[in-house]
Amino acid sequence: MEYIANKEIIVKRIAKMFKDADVVNLGIGLPTMVENFISPDINIILQSENGMMGIGVEPSKGNEDKDITDSGGMPATIRTGGCFFDSSVSFGIIRGGHVDYSVLGVLEVDQEGNLANYKVPGKMVPGMGGAMDLTIGARVVIAATLHFQPSGVSRLKRLCTLPLTASNQVNIVVTDLGVFEVFDKKFHLTECFAPYTPEWILEHTDADIIVSENCQTKTII
Amino acid sequence: MILKPIISPVDAAGWIKDGDSVMIGGFMDCGSPHTLISALKEQGTKNLTLICNDTAVHDFKTERIIGIAHLVKNKQFKKIIASHIGANQETQRQMNAGETVVELVPQGTLAEQIRAGGSGLGGILTPTGIGTEIAIGKQIIHVNKIPFLLEIPIKANVALIKAKKADKAGNLVYNGTARNFNPLMATAATIVIAEVEEIVEIGEINPNDVHTPSIFIDYLVKTEQI
Repeated sequence: MEYIANKEIIVKRIAKMFKDADVVNLGIGLPTMVENFISPDINIILQSENGMMGIGVEPSKGNEDKDITDSGGMPATIRTGGCFFDSSVSFGIIRGGHVDYSVLGVLEVDQEGNLANYKVPGKMVPGMGGAMDLTIGARVVIAATLHFQPSGVSRLKRLCTLPLTASNQVNIVVTDLGVFEVFDKKFHLTECFAPYTPEWILEHTDADIIVSENCQTKTII
Repeated sequence: MILKPIISPVDAAGWIKDGDSVMIGGFMDCGSPHTLISALKEQGTKNLTLICNDTAVHDFKTERIIGIAHLVKNKQFKKIIASHIGANQETQRQMNAGETVVELVPQGTLAEQIRAGGSGLGGILTPTGIGTEIAIGKQIIHVNKIPFLLEIPIKANVALIKAKKADKAGNLVYNGTARNFNPLMATAATIVIAEVEEIVEIGEINPNDVHTPSIFIDYLVKTEQI
């Protein structure tokens, strides 16, 4: 079987994890795309760490407000009923466990729930921004990532080699191959995305993966 | 009420001396005091320590430079304390070349260190950074058997902040996500200069709507540059 990277399947699957009234923070990059696939029947509250609850749709051209931006500094809007706050309150919300889901990008994630996503020493040192607080504070931490690096090496590891964003905090990893819950120092495959099979995933990932008893093979549309 | 002096951008920049520590508000340029940043750039003061969330944008390819990035390009800082420099290639270049010391701090920790500095606390205990490089060399304190990092307060000689509106007493109102670090920095510097788009008479801002109390503010500057 040939692997073809598929970002859309990742964000579509994550978008189905939320229920009404969940407070969700979406990281920059791949996690941001999740927003586009959340069912209009589900009312979640998007938190933006630069100081906003209830971030809305992207403003149309010409309707940008210089004083309303998202956590990447891009023009944003606020939904009716939303609110603004300073950075201390914003991170109080985050560290205090008031954010239900934090969805973050990945450089490496390991079976002990360690996440590395902010630094490649000597190559890329952008700073952690809010990622360390989000990873440690959110009730459920979802790591969103293509299963493999462009080189073909799995981003799911036995142990991260890059500097950690947070230690033992990742609860769920969603890749373009399946959904992995992280506990007892192992990945637990709970969903497998067709056409891949649990056997294929195990063969191509250098980490301890338990295939859950009720692991289902799904086609994500 | 005491009226706060409304001063020129040039006079405001004059408060910043060689070697000072300076807090500058804003998040990726949103809520940054652009008029004060320009004046500080013109003044050219060097060897400063910058405390800010991020160093805004400097893209080598497009040559797009915004906000604080102008000061970085002008080599005015010997040290930068920030949570994110990913959109500023010049900050990264200076760091990698050893020209500028860059200390990267988790965003929530930076916010609380500044708040602690302004509110008389000896530090804060945070779980953020436990088990990472951030914890190296720092004291770990257990509370109810949970480990926390002790992070110490941050203060500055001068804070340059930005608000939407001030009354002549110096009470401030922010707008949208332009609030970010500004209210925190207003409490944590010896001299606090607020750049505002609008200055109104005392009494025109409802006391219930004030975000930053006037006593934190030393000088007001009217925005000339958005």
